[in-house]
Amino acid sequence: MKTIEEIKAAIEAAVPGAGVEIINNPSPSAQHSLLLQRETALAVAQFLRDDAELAFDYLSNVTGVDWLDKEIVEKVKVKKTVTKTVDGVEQQVEETVDETRKRVEPGYLETVYHLYSMAKKHGPLILRLRTANRTDQVELPSFTPIWRSAEFQEREIFDLYGIVYTGHPDLRRILMWEGFKDHPMRKDYVEPDDFEYEPTAHDAVAKRAQEHQAKVAAAQNGGAA
Amino acid sequence: MAVDENLKIEMGKQGVFVTTLQELYNWGRRSSVWPMNFGLACCAIEMIATTMARYDLARFGAEVFRPSPRQADLMIISGTVTKKMAPQVVRLYNQMGEPRYVIAMGACAISGGPFKQGYNVLKGIDRYIPVDVHIPGCPPRPEALLDAFITLQKKIDAQSLTGENRPRHLNPEGQGEFPVPEQGEHDLEPPSNTLVWPAPMVIR
Repeated sequence: MKTIEEIKAAIEAAVPGAGVEIINNPSPSAQHSLLLQRETALAVAQFLRDDAELAFDYLSNVTGVDWLDKEIVEKVKVKKTVTKTVDGVEQQVEETVDETRKRVEPGYLETVYHLYSMAKKHGPLILRLRTANRTDQVELPSFTPIWRSAEFQEREIFDLYGIVYTGHPDLRRILMWEGFKDHPMRKDYVEPDDFEYEPTAHDAVAKRAQEHQAKVAAAQNGGAA
Repeated sequence: MAVDENLKIEMGKQGVFVTTLQELYNWGRRSSVWPMNFGLACCAIEMIATTMARYDLARFGAEVFRPSPRQADLMIISGTVTKKMAPQVVRLYNQMGEPRYVIAMGACAISGGPFKQGYNVLKGIDRYIPVDVHIPGCPPRPEALLDAFITLQKKIDAQSLTGENRPRHLNPEGQGEFPVPEQGEHDLEPPSNTLVWPAPMVIR
């Protein structure tokens, strides 16, 4: 198989303005992946499937990842003009001062595709697609028109992560019921408070059970008063 | 109205067979408990093994698995009850004719088991319907299911047809219809039937 750099070059030659980015995997597996742009992802996918040399005809796995907002703390050296009295004379002096800056990198939802080629017996090629944010702009292009095997897995990700796949032929919940409002695999999912009976609770469950008991006791006291 | 055991034996020696209507009635019921042909998860495989030649549930009069709840007496909850499936399980139970019994088979059916803290798993079917016998195990061995079945037979045998403790179907005020939970926006509504399952106290 071509290396990931060669695949990137081939994509950029075939799809102008594809804007593909390599995301390195520093672990020993060294499974580097390609980050696609939302606008050109469908054309890139079409190319990867139909190209005679790459021929990625088999989509084996689709999954979702939830990346929360990340707070990044940096130390920056800044030049500042400070008024100082040197030898009894007030002067404007330039000084370099250390400053810590915090910035928040907005979170996003990600879809990961694993591609193989049955014809050429190579793979996997890992593709990533990211939404603009986690709340209201969660659309991604669907790969179902290109690989049919994406259909159920994209429905599952829609169900559990809330990524909306545009161009999907039948985007409905698949595991949870119609009318369910949450996305249980998101990191900020809060499960319903059904910890009334936890006879062997420990760790996080014990904490939730205690909170539940406290809430029940407070409600009873409130009713009595 | 029970017959004195010793008197019964003595009369049996003389060739006189004595019984009561209650004993006959319960003997008939416990010897032909027909389970419902219904499995939920991996425990169902053990349930199937129990009915096959090696363990042979037919020895206890339960060989006929009925595919319709209308003809079944026993519901074996064999496996994980997901919140998506729970309303259907309660509905099937409602459709069974009285007298009817429930065996909760395996860790999942009695408490949610290894999936208890999952977002989609009911923490035990006894939150919605009355369960007669609980079997622990993951999955329980066929012997455990046979044991549960014998326990159920003993329970049927001990039921008196009159008086305070008579079974639900002989009590005109007995409530036979159990509310089917709705699938709400975040969870099943209500999360449990408090008449069937008042949350047990945990003493720590």
